Amino acid sequence: MTLATATEPPVALPTTPRRGRGRTQLLPALAFLTPWLVGMVLFTFGPMLYSLYLSFTRYDLLSNPEWVGLQNYALMGSDPRFWKSVGVTLTYVVVFVPLLQVVSMLVALLLNSRLRFLTGYRALFYLPSLMGASVAVAALWRQVFGADGLVNAVLGLVGIENVGSWVGDPARALGTIITLNLWAFGSTMIIFLAGLRQVPRELLEAAEVDGASKIRRFFSITLPMMTPLVFFNVLMGTINAFQSFTGAYVVSGGSGGPVDSTLFYTLYLYERGFTQLQMGYASAMAWVLLLVLAVVTGIFFRSSRYWVHYGDES
Amino acid sequence: MTTTLSAPSQPTRIPRPWDARTQRPAGNRVVKGIIKHAVLLCVLLIMLYPLLWMVGASFRPGNQTFAGLSLFSDTYTLQNYADGWSVGNLNFSKYFVNSAIITIGQIVGNLFACSLTAYAFARLEFPFKRVLFGMVIATMLLPQHVTLIPKYIIFNQMGWVDTYLPLTVPHFFAVDAFFIFLMVQFIRTLPTSLDESARIDGCGHWGIFWRIIMPMSLPAIGTTAMFTFVWAWNDLLGPLLYLPSSDLWTVSLGLNSFLDQTGQSTYGTLFAMATLSLAPIVGFFIASQRLLVEGIATTGLK
Repeated sequence: MTLATATEPPVALPTTPRRGRGRTQLLPALAFLTPWLVGMVLFTFGPMLYSLYLSFTRYDLLSNPEWVGLQNYALMGSDPRFWKSVGVTLTYVVVFVPLLQVVSMLVALLLNSRLRFLTGYRALFYLPSLMGASVAVAALWRQVFGADGLVNAVLGLVGIENVGSWVGDPARALGTIITLNLWAFGSTMIIFLAGLRQVPRELLEAAEVDGASKIRRFFSITLPMMTPLVFFNVLMGTINAFQSFTGAYVVSGGSGGPVDSTLFYTLYLYERGFTQLQMGYASAMAWVLLLVLAVVTGIFFRSSRYWVHYGDES
Repeated sequence: MTTTLSAPSQPTRIPRPWDARTQRPAGNRVVKGIIKHAVLLCVLLIMLYPLLWMVGASFRPGNQTFAGLSLFSDTYTLQNYADGWSVGNLNFSKYFVNSAIITIGQIVGNLFACSLTAYAFARLEFPFKRVLFGMVIATMLLPQHVTLIPKYIIFNQMGWVDTYLPLTVPHFFAVDAFFIFLMVQFIRTLPTSLDESARIDGCGHWGIFWRIIMPMSLPAIGTTAMFTFVWAWNDLLGPLLYLPSSDLWTVSLGLNSFLDQTGQSTYGTLFAMATLSLAPIVGFFIASQRLLVEGIATTGLK
């Protein structure tokens, strides 16, 4: 999911002024919360526990689940395709997430000035982020980076010939998926742009008077003031990147190919669960993903006190 | 067009001692403005070119689909669009209707359930509120793949596979925690004085929710509707799992299947259908552009 919402890391709890009569409003609260509470039990916690149980079983939907203990987890350790999918996903996350921040920040900085047609630019840069996860654009990507695609046609214009298909080359296929998802940087950019507008001008002007260069002003004033948004964007970007699916599925025709070079973790999980009907193994994979994401999120929040600055003024 | 950039937009500003230093020759600023626009336009052109090219190719006759880099052509035809509605065993007119049904179901569900939940968290006091709100945040960060398999198994046992129910019903139970969060953030910014006067006038919680909070939350409601629309419309994994029979397929599934069986000769038709599938997104975006780009981006900054 890609979102255009600039939020501080969700730590602050909404506070309600105490009302005169009675401290709590338990009954109305229950009435309003019923759909959500039912949903939590039926569609989140129930299934989570069920999948934890399934991860210790062998289950193919047809016969009853058979308890196998930690076997699925042990099998993962010696499954080369599992490790391949881990490698592909980690490579993707490590390359894509920082690139996404840099590109978004650069474009946001370009747009953060008294610029004509700002609204138009902003809208056009944002638009792809609504389409990046669509099958239509992924299908287009397969053509654009194909052997006779647009990219090679452009390269041909400058005399680079016989480059071959990008999506068909194991060394380059992952790059095309990274480009596809980077293409949708608009939602991240919008958040940075909104943040840049909140950086007090007086501070930047004062630094300019003191002779600080543009680059110095960015790294010493703008960036530190933006760290809450960087935090939010990196966290959400990382969580989403780990779960990336549609682009890789469509571009590789559902196989994660060529030679498993775009075998994202989620693609492999899908293949194990729904093509080979190994629900137990797939559930175990899902829980490993959950644990890894929990650890990553934990590290993020822990580390935030060292590099995220919350200003006093808004 | 860029010359106006140098026009001072703060005519009443008091001259400050450092102004002399920051003022540059006007010509310099014009050049800078031109360079800025040139860079932005170049980046935009590179980004959007594939899309424009696809739209162009969809209007070319089948044998010219791949006629080079140009957006334009000598002959235009609507044949691809006419063909696209039923290619082989695919039936796109049906897929568009199916996608619309699922999308509307999800929008209604999310608006109903998420706004109720958000009201409780933003306006009511109740035990364990902190813990429960923490759970909203936690589900926002939870990878959907953890519940993918058990949900499939449960829906399968309930006989819901091959119906729209697995794709719509959960949304009536506020499973998209992100929208709860978004609405809570928004409702928090609304003044409580109106609630109080409504209460004095005899409004209960439902009255306050329905007559006061909801009408004031239109930006948040619109944002929720727009994003639900985009996610539901683009979704591939959900329909891939739950809609095996092609009668129920969505546009995403249709395009994916088309792509698998397509040869060079039918790419024009594929592009026509792909273009059509993106059109509603662009349409909704244009309709709600201001709301989306300006409204949401600042909602969370408060």
